[in-house]
Amino acid sequence: MAKLSDLINIASQVRRDIVRMVYYVNSGHPGGSLGCADFLTALYFDTMKRKKRFNMDGSGEDVFFLSNGHISPLFYSVLAHAGYFKVNELNTFRKINSRLQGHPTTHEGLPGVRVASGSLGQGVSVACGVAIAKKMNNDSSVVFALTGDGELQEGQIWEALMFAAHKKLDNLIVTVDWNGQQIDGSNDKVLSLGDLPAKFKAFGWQVIRLQEGNNMEAVQKTLRSARRKTGKGKPIAILMNTEMGYGVDFMMGSHEWHGVAPNKEQTHKALAQLPETLGDYEYPSDPLKN
Amino acid sequence: MTVTGNKDTRSGFGDALLELGRSNPDVVALCADLLGSLKMNAFVKEFPERFVQLGIAEANMMGVAAGLATAGKIPFAGTFANFATGRVYDQIRQSIAYSHKNVKICASHAGVTLGEDGATHQILEDIGMMKMLPGMTVINPCDYEQTRLATLAVAEHYGPVYLRFGRPAWPIFTEGMKFEIGKALMMKEGTDVSVFATGHLVWNALEAAKILAAEGISCEVINIHTIKPLDNEAILESVRKTGKVVTAEEHQRNGGLGDSIAQLLAMKMPTRMEYVAVNDKFGESGTPMQLMEKYGLGVQDVVAAIKRVLS
Repeated sequence: MAKLSDLINIASQVRRDIVRMVYYVNSGHPGGSLGCADFLTALYFDTMKRKKRFNMDGSGEDVFFLSNGHISPLFYSVLAHAGYFKVNELNTFRKINSRLQGHPTTHEGLPGVRVASGSLGQGVSVACGVAIAKKMNNDSSVVFALTGDGELQEGQIWEALMFAAHKKLDNLIVTVDWNGQQIDGSNDKVLSLGDLPAKFKAFGWQVIRLQEGNNMEAVQKTLRSARRKTGKGKPIAILMNTEMGYGVDFMMGSHEWHGVAPNKEQTHKALAQLPETLGDYEYPSDPLKN
Repeated sequence: MTVTGNKDTRSGFGDALLELGRSNPDVVALCADLLGSLKMNAFVKEFPERFVQLGIAEANMMGVAAGLATAGKIPFAGTFANFATGRVYDQIRQSIAYSHKNVKICASHAGVTLGEDGATHQILEDIGMMKMLPGMTVINPCDYEQTRLATLAVAEHYGPVYLRFGRPAWPIFTEGMKFEIGKALMMKEGTDVSVFATGHLVWNALEAAKILAAEGISCEVINIHTIKPLDNEAILESVRKTGKVVTAEEHQRNGGLGDSIAQLLAMKMPTRMEYVAVNDKFGESGTPMQLMEKYGLGVQDVVAAIKRVLS
């Protein structure tokens, strides 16, 4: 449990980290990372009942799976601030010999990551597997997963949704980052998702709408309430409206910043909008300071 | 070597799975709507709470298996070889192989001996696909007994495994022999030619060796049940002696056991070599024996390959 003001401060620092991480290597995905910063901050610092030390099997604690692995800058920043590894390691993001690969992986042994993701559509299935194992083990903790909205175009997602309802995986909470954008434009332009709440309901899920996915108070409340609604025979879907690029005015609301890094000037402009609350991680010969 | 029976290799898998259910509480089984074909019913009956039915959704099955493994279970995920590889290659690659999950991919009905269902189901590319994945162990046992022992062995081995077996009843001839992952099995010693065979073709190689013995040709037959990691030492030791190589497998020539051995020999001991394998073709409907003959995998095809390499 965390205070709302603390969560807001953490999210601000996380957003600074995201912008800096993608700037330094001139690559990565700032749009979705910024949009989901409130969600992942609230999840790790308020909702999840997790152990301090990382255990791959996650027994006796809540676990989280990031299915849309491209928002790795956000994931890494939150994991670092949550204590799984040193915040300064964020300066290795996407560089050679780093544990912070472009997309998250277990391959380099980064604590906090339980499966590789990046090729879309696979995370919900993996989360289902852990949810079943928890049931087999009479472990009452909860499994969380996050997917993108464009990611719902992958067929495997719907296999997993059907399966979770059939197996009554009521210890599973899947959040959809419903920002309406994907690489080639809006969902509606690329491949319309249709009536998403109705689809999830028809697949046998308990559906929660979170229309203010960038309002920390609303996010915190919704996540707490979703966790309380577990154990009722149905998996839970949180359909969360966010704004891609949230927190940086010129990145907001457009798909243009899905996978593009800001230049130096833009980075300064972005950081000016994001208060440094917990201290920036160190970057050797920081080009932003020259 | 004695023939002690005639049984499908998939039954070796099913019987061992039941044994594992009794001996190892971490073992769980998954299936995508093919329980009878995979011979998993006995496990399901005795351990319903450790069985997960996925329905016809193999991609999800691979992900769920990865999740179960993450949580410390040892999942055995069973379906036809076609749906256990080609259909779900990316799921296996990312969620299982790259993530180094302790998942056992159990693939039945591999190759043309699946028979009448035809080419849509007769995968002949699976060994190639799976052996290319870093860290994946690839095993293709030759009879009921070896499949049983291989199934037991992979439960003790940490890491992703592709275990490939088949549909038709086949002679049982490895009773009493050991099985160790990655260790080639000497089936018959000889001096003129080394025949490296895997899966159903081990039997055909032994039959061919018998025929050729009558003509005064001494074949060494070695069973390569583990295609990856390959038992380089055993292969090189045999080739050092014979100087001639034939490989035999129920798989495409491209990317199979033969290619693994050719790669080893090209680097360490360039040697005259012939392949017994399907040569860039899809299969078709027919009985297993008809298909073996038509696609160049029969006993006479092994005989001919040995004669070619010796000529």
